[in-house]
Amino acid sequence: MTVSKEVSNDAPILDVRNVVMHYRTEKGDVSAIENVSFSLKSGESFGLVGESGCGKTSMAMALLQLQAENATFKGGEILLNGEDMLKMTPSKVRSHRWSDISMVFQGAMNAWNPVHRVGAQIKEAMDLHIRPQLSHTESRERIASLFEMVGLDPEMMDRYPHEFSGGMRQRAIIAMALSCDPQIIIADEPTTALDVIVQDQILTELKKIQHDLGMSIIYISHDIAVIAEVTDRMGIMYAGKMVETGSTIDVFHNPKHPYAFLLLSSTPSITGPRRKLAPLEGEPPNLLDPPLGCRFHPRCPFVTDQCRTEEPPLVEIGGGHQVACWNWESVPPLSEGLRK
Amino acid sequence: MTDVQAPAATRPLVKVEGLQKLFPIGSSRFRAPESYVHAVDGIDFEIAPGESLGLVGESGCGKSTTGRMLVRLMEPTAGSILLQDGDEMLDIAAIDKRDMLRFRRRVQMIFQDPFESLNPRRTVYDTVAEPLTVQRVGSVLERELRVAKLLDLVGLAPADTFMFRYPHELSGGQRQRVAIARALVLDPSFVVADEPTSMLDVSIRISIMDLMLSLAEEFGVSYLYITHDLAVARYMCDRIAVMYLGKIVEITDTEELLSNPLHPYTKALLSAVPVPDPAYKRPDVLIKGGIAKAINPPPVCRFVDRCPMATDFCRTHDHPDLENKGNRHFVACHLVESSAG
Repeated sequence: MTVSKEVSNDAPILDVRNVVMHYRTEKGDVSAIENVSFSLKSGESFGLVGESGCGKTSMAMALLQLQAENATFKGGEILLNGEDMLKMTPSKVRSHRWSDISMVFQGAMNAWNPVHRVGAQIKEAMDLHIRPQLSHTESRERIASLFEMVGLDPEMMDRYPHEFSGGMRQRAIIAMALSCDPQIIIADEPTTALDVIVQDQILTELKKIQHDLGMSIIYISHDIAVIAEVTDRMGIMYAGKMVETGSTIDVFHNPKHPYAFLLLSSTPSITGPRRKLAPLEGEPPNLLDPPLGCRFHPRCPFVTDQCRTEEPPLVEIGGGHQVACWNWESVPPLSEGLRK
Repeated sequence: MTDVQAPAATRPLVKVEGLQKLFPIGSSRFRAPESYVHAVDGIDFEIAPGESLGLVGESGCGKSTTGRMLVRLMEPTAGSILLQDGDEMLDIAAIDKRDMLRFRRRVQMIFQDPFESLNPRRTVYDTVAEPLTVQRVGSVLERELRVAKLLDLVGLAPADTFMFRYPHELSGGQRQRVAIARALVLDPSFVVADEPTSMLDVSIRISIMDLMLSLAEEFGVSYLYITHDLAVARYMCDRIAVMYLGKIVEITDTEELLSNPLHPYTKALLSAVPVPDPAYKRPDVLIKGGIAKAINPPPVCRFVDRCPMATDFCRTHDHPDLENKGNRHFVACHLVESSAG
């Protein structure tokens, strides 16, 4: 397997800048992604967390330019190695997809075509995206080495999807995502349907592969415990906006956005003292008609008048840690909040 | 809550003995089954009044099948399920149609998916009032008041703005609140909850779990709480039973299980749970592979193929019984020594 493609060390390989994406619906425009920015360096893993409907999967689709038909970009740019994907022709985008940026989707393990052998389906992706095309023997050798890398017996490539367990199917999906030697993998809820022991095996495998190949991974999950384990940096989305971003350690140990703070306070854990968790009152807003000002203000315990009318910008609070909140300084340290 | 379980001090509310469920494979009208999946294979446990017992394990371990048998949505192949009924114990597994109605008043269920478990054509009122109608409880007016009270209790207030809505007008969290109201409207003493929060978002999850805890206290309900998530089980349950391929392999108080797991499977399961702290380093998970199906399993320990500690003794002896290792800590493993106590 070839080592990852050359990239200059400092420049991010993926730079998302102020992206705004809306879905047109019969009832009006849904503001699914509102001014979201983040970047990904070579070899780094970035986590995107949030509840369902917060825009994290829309963001993943936008990165691959696979957004739904009714989606429109109202602004911003997605720079892949300096080139704006939003301005590329469809065929240009296709040439980057899989070979530069590939994906492991939520539930993708159920997307295998049941009537074709798994190996043949991976070969199809390689035939479409690797230039010059590999010979039949080369493809089989490559699939065998990919299977070994993800912990599958290479002989399984001639089996059909129904002969694989859920965990094995997900491993095969990862093999397929790696097949064209991408720089970036987008893993959208890669382990959500799996049991914890299998989840642990898959995440360990992904971390090892990432380290060996020097790839970058964007993990998208609603499970913040998974994000804590596998990412270097992360962003928390709420109702289409990035509310906090920074190194995973900073965000977990010193959350400064009230939503991040409450999310972490309301996550049960099997470690640490058994404690009462603080519930987050209310429900996420309807994005057809998002609240004025800060989108979190109707559920926020730290709300002030300013929050109801003015949208807070994402501001740097030190060490690359950014927060979009007018009152981030009144958010208490996490341990204090948890002790009450 | 911990001393409630002192054996014989209190009579259990529910006592399960030798419960078994086999699913035939490859049978037809003219052919006997070739083999059986041993979904639940001889399990015993007790639940004290007001106690909540967590049933955890990977998918396919038999935890949902157990839950369904406890509410008689599924017929057990063998074994008994005894429910405290006045001074006697009523065997749910042997109950006939006539007694079923009375039994249903006492035992209810909350399902995983609030999008599937509510009838889309019925209003919230219809759904919550149905158990009352079926049981012929009270007059129409009394039922309406009871439903309103329950909706208030589950946080759907004011009740009159929710009563005549349809499920599609409610969010996932609100639907699960309706399902909880329906389960509690008859004032049952025992509720089986099968992954009631796994479909909900994190921010909604805690409020639903808190609601279930406070209602349990208020109504004195016991839960059998089925979940794959040990962190959730820890939050909700007084005791936890760990299932593996149709067998309970370990059962003890929640904090005892987390701090002192004895069965190698429990240890592996605990070390695989991700922790929401990037600075925390989990121990390595020592078992390989995934859970299989228990199709005509050999009589030896169910876990032997994946067990990192398995010895020849394990491969040649029957599946171990649950044994008390002290501290009301029961484990089914040949290799665990008894401790004092």
